[in-house]
Amino acid sequence: MIAGRCFAALLIAALAVALCFLTLPLAAIFVDVGPGRLLESLGEEGALDALVLSLEATATALAVIVAVGTPVAWLLATRSFRGRSVVVTLVELPLVVPPAVAGIGLLASIGPDGLLGGVVAATGVELVFHTAGVVVALVFVASPFYVRQAQAAFEAVEPNLLEASRTLGASEARTLLRVALPNARAGLLAGGALAWGRALGEFGATLVFAGSLSGRTQTAPLAIVERFASDFDGALAMSAVLVAVSAAILLGVKLVSGDRLLGDARA
Amino acid sequence: MLALEARTRLGALELDVALAVGVGECLALAGPSGAGKTSLLRTVAGLFEPTKGRVSCDGEHWLDTGRGISVPPDQRRVGYLFQDHALFPNMTVWRNVAFGMGRVPRRDRRKRAQALLDRFGMGSHANEWPRTLSGGERQRVALARALARKPSALLLDEPLSALDVRTRAEAGRQLATVLADVPAPAILVTHDFGEAALLADRVAVIDAGQIVQVGSAAVLAGKPQSAFVADLTGAVVLNGLARTGAHGLTEIDLDGGGLVWSTDPGRGRVAVTVHPWEVSVEPRGSDPHGSTQNRLAVTVASVTPLGNRVRVGMMAGQALTADLTASAARQLELAPGMKAVASWKATATRVVAR
Repeated sequence: MIAGRCFAALLIAALAVALCFLTLPLAAIFVDVGPGRLLESLGEEGALDALVLSLEATATALAVIVAVGTPVAWLLATRSFRGRSVVVTLVELPLVVPPAVAGIGLLASIGPDGLLGGVVAATGVELVFHTAGVVVALVFVASPFYVRQAQAAFEAVEPNLLEASRTLGASEARTLLRVALPNARAGLLAGGALAWGRALGEFGATLVFAGSLSGRTQTAPLAIVERFASDFDGALAMSAVLVAVSAAILLGVKLVSGDRLLGDARA
Repeated sequence: MLALEARTRLGALELDVALAVGVGECLALAGPSGAGKTSLLRTVAGLFEPTKGRVSCDGEHWLDTGRGISVPPDQRRVGYLFQDHALFPNMTVWRNVAFGMGRVPRRDRRKRAQALLDRFGMGSHANEWPRTLSGGERQRVALARALARKPSALLLDEPLSALDVRTRAEAGRQLATVLADVPAPAILVTHDFGEAALLADRVAVIDAGQIVQVGSAAVLAGKPQSAFVADLTGAVVLNGLARTGAHGLTEIDLDGGGLVWSTDPGRGRVAVTVHPWEVSVEPRGSDPHGSTQNRLAVTVASVTPLGNRVRVGMMAGQALTADLTASAARQLELAPGMKAVASWKATATRVVAR
């Protein structure tokens, strides 16, 4: 009885420490910046541009990730084939690759002097120092977050439902559309939110691959770091905006997916 | 007519089965779990492909591994009733039913679904979500959905086992009516002999991937060909050594003690089977009376009421059971630990291979 209570107290203490540590820096950003300073900083040259660029680039990257990642996740969740675990590992690899290394890898492969640089140039697409390059970097680092989660979400759909759909005359495509997607919705949205969050915070790969060109490739995190050396308050204000936007989108996804933020996540 | 042949390895199990089901007939595949029953059902539906196999229905070849034919599940016209009903939780009841109406014009689907739901007494639930339904209601919706496709074969996976005892009888009667109405051949998979007897015209007993006996439920219960089949039908199975005795009877020395007689022939190591409702229980020391030949001294191990009956578990070297009326059990004041005598007629005693 007493041992049980001690353990429960230990769990609560751990949670308290974790919550303090995780929320303190974020809270500090808002405490340090007054609302006036916040608006003022957005008016500064480049600040709003960086934020808008971040939203545009991450939205485009997310669209690409979902469009390609969903069929990939479905395939990995429903097929067993030789070398499947190798494929899964390859898809997940960007999770553990340091972002700067990812940027160098992108340069070496599809950069102007990279392996496929000529092919990319021939299509007329310019990546380095262009917004398209930012999107490529974001897709690279963020896609595993979506694919992993989506694969797990598809695997969690009752196999009987998918089989029932097939015996009722639905092709695999219709089964995916009408049965798998609706029943994996919460997991897919969570994966999208994770990938989007990772993309919004992306820094290293973007900097190395696309550069930090204001108005073109300088996303909010890059702008914050640039500002941080000269204007700490300005960096702080932009950070506050970024945190607020991120939190708003995360909250939005949770509301849409029916996940009660303050309730039981399993419900 | 539906014909199925399948040979395949399932883990440690070697599945090797051939069967045919006539139009309007319902065949039950009865056997313990892990005997390969569901794999056979899935083979017919195209959800599982055996190493070697053939499935044809209504003259259409759905599977022929020898000729490289394998029609995908959505192009085989089967009505598959899943054990857990597998209703789509993201659709209302009527949309579940309408899901399989591929060729029906969109505007007619609602009407057709409603008509089917009405037929199963689920019309008033058309706009509800599956999660709000009871087990029995879900099954009726699943049945309506399976039939909406106008299947040329009906496949039922343990249709009653997911239901509670109270719903079972009602659902069983309804299913029996449906099976009698539907012209398509039907295969029913079950581990419950009672379910097979209630719903099927013929029962194929399957053990470790092989069909061991096929026949009507009455034939299987009355003339089991093996101890396994007898056990599945719910009979008491006692092992022993048989020899020819006096008056043309077979005398069986039971393992663990006791001597019984049967009118069946038999020699050597055999199993003796008798149905629990053939077994009487009387107090020790009472005079043998009536025509019962087989009398075993037993110790009562358990007394379990089952509706209007009482099932008495007993030990006499080997375990046996008797079904008595509740009043008979009360009169005998049966209780675990009590010494008693179990008796039954030699003519009710079957001798089968072990």
